[in-house]
Amino acid sequence: MKTVTVGQGLPELIVPITASAIVAGAIATNDYEDVHHDKAAAQATGVPDIFMNILTSNGFVQRYVSDWCGPDARIAAVDIRLGAPNFVGDTMRITGEVSRVEGDEVDVRVSGRNAIGEHVAATVTLHWGARA
Amino acid sequence: MSELLEQARAWVGRPASPPATARDPVNLPMIRRWCEAMGETNPIYLDEAAARAAGHPGIVAPPAMLDVWAMAPYRPGGRTAEEGMAVLSLFDAAGYTGVVATNVRQDYGRYLRLGEVVTSTPIVADVSDEKRTALGIGHFVTLAYDFTVDGEPVGRMTFRVLKFRPNLAQPHSAEPSAEAKAWPHPRPAITHDNAFFWEGVNQRKLLFQSCEGRLRHPPGPMDPLTGSLDFEIVEASGRGTIHSFVVMHQPRLPGFDYPLPVVLVELEEGVRIVANMIDAAPEAVEIGRAVVADFVEIEPGYLLPAFRFA
Repeated sequence: MKTVTVGQGLPELIVPITASAIVAGAIATNDYEDVHHDKAAAQATGVPDIFMNILTSNGFVQRYVSDWCGPDARIAAVDIRLGAPNFVGDTMRITGEVSRVEGDEVDVRVSGRNAIGEHVAATVTLHWGARA
Repeated sequence: MSELLEQARAWVGRPASPPATARDPVNLPMIRRWCEAMGETNPIYLDEAAARAAGHPGIVAPPAMLDVWAMAPYRPGGRTAEEGMAVLSLFDAAGYTGVVATNVRQDYGRYLRLGEVVTSTPIVADVSDEKRTALGIGHFVTLAYDFTVDGEPVGRMTFRVLKFRPNLAQPHSAEPSAEAKAWPHPRPAITHDNAFFWEGVNQRKLLFQSCEGRLRHPPGPMDPLTGSLDFEIVEASGRGTIHSFVVMHQPRLPGFDYPLPVVLVELEEGVRIVANMIDAAPEAVEIGRAVVADFVEIEPGYLLPAFRFA
């Protein structure tokens, strides 16, 4: 396990929210709700465009932490609060910080913000070094 | 407790829908597509040797794919009724048609391996009291999912959605005339507190909040005496007497006839309300005179309460 301390920051990740990114995520997560791929259907619900589905937001959060912790850490849990939608044309800036270290258990607090506000606030719990 | 909440809470502890079993086992093509969409480069999801080197028995699925495997299939026209959740449909039927997910928690028992078939079982865990949110009035519904492989628990998820009444419809005329566009008749601001009153007016009814028999107007969230947020809605007879009045001469706002008598009427139920007098000579208006409520259609679909002499 590499040296991890509370307060340690993770490098930021910029995710351009294109229609392609939203649709690729929706299909990769088996989510065929029309608001994630059909602009007219999304607009009929009163929003300006298609927007990212939750499973993709979760995917980006865990990929972000995985980029940092590498293959030796296990993702044990994720706790996500959802906020401002990720609409086409926006950019999500993901930042993170270690918020708890107890033995080989580490919490990383992750925030993904777009032009509207905070899209996702998450805590990812990692188990480090306990090889299954 | 409202009838809706009672019906919804009867679901707590019961399956929200039948268990769903993945149509395909955990497989490399779906993992690869997921990694490409997310930009995931951790080799344990695609490379056997890297997975073993990291202590796994072989290639494993990204944990975030836990709820991907047993998702409902694509079907032109959307989901079938069986794939929906009856507890959520209850809210749709009651006008809480909006839905937004607010929280997701996933706990992973272990990483899933290629070839495993995941079954997802959602249980209704909680239905909240009515909440006022930025999106509208609604209820939070919490669903607890168990994920199993051949009966072995492999992960859990709690998923919270808000079922809400979408933003309240504001009155507006269908096709305003050029003059009305230039000088639109003032409109009430419809809020969560007063929506019932204006809905009543549209049905030619005078509705008031009542808390333990105390009527109040204008509408508000709280009983002034006890601070209680509970209230019933009662319909007034419309009969009352003029408690006070003014006759408007100036300024002359477009859309009204002048001189305009505006009356404060004490209804026989004991609550007071301000409205315009109609069909009344201003000099005939006097305190104590009996009046009765009527409704004036200012523009098609836009009614205002008014009073005339009884």
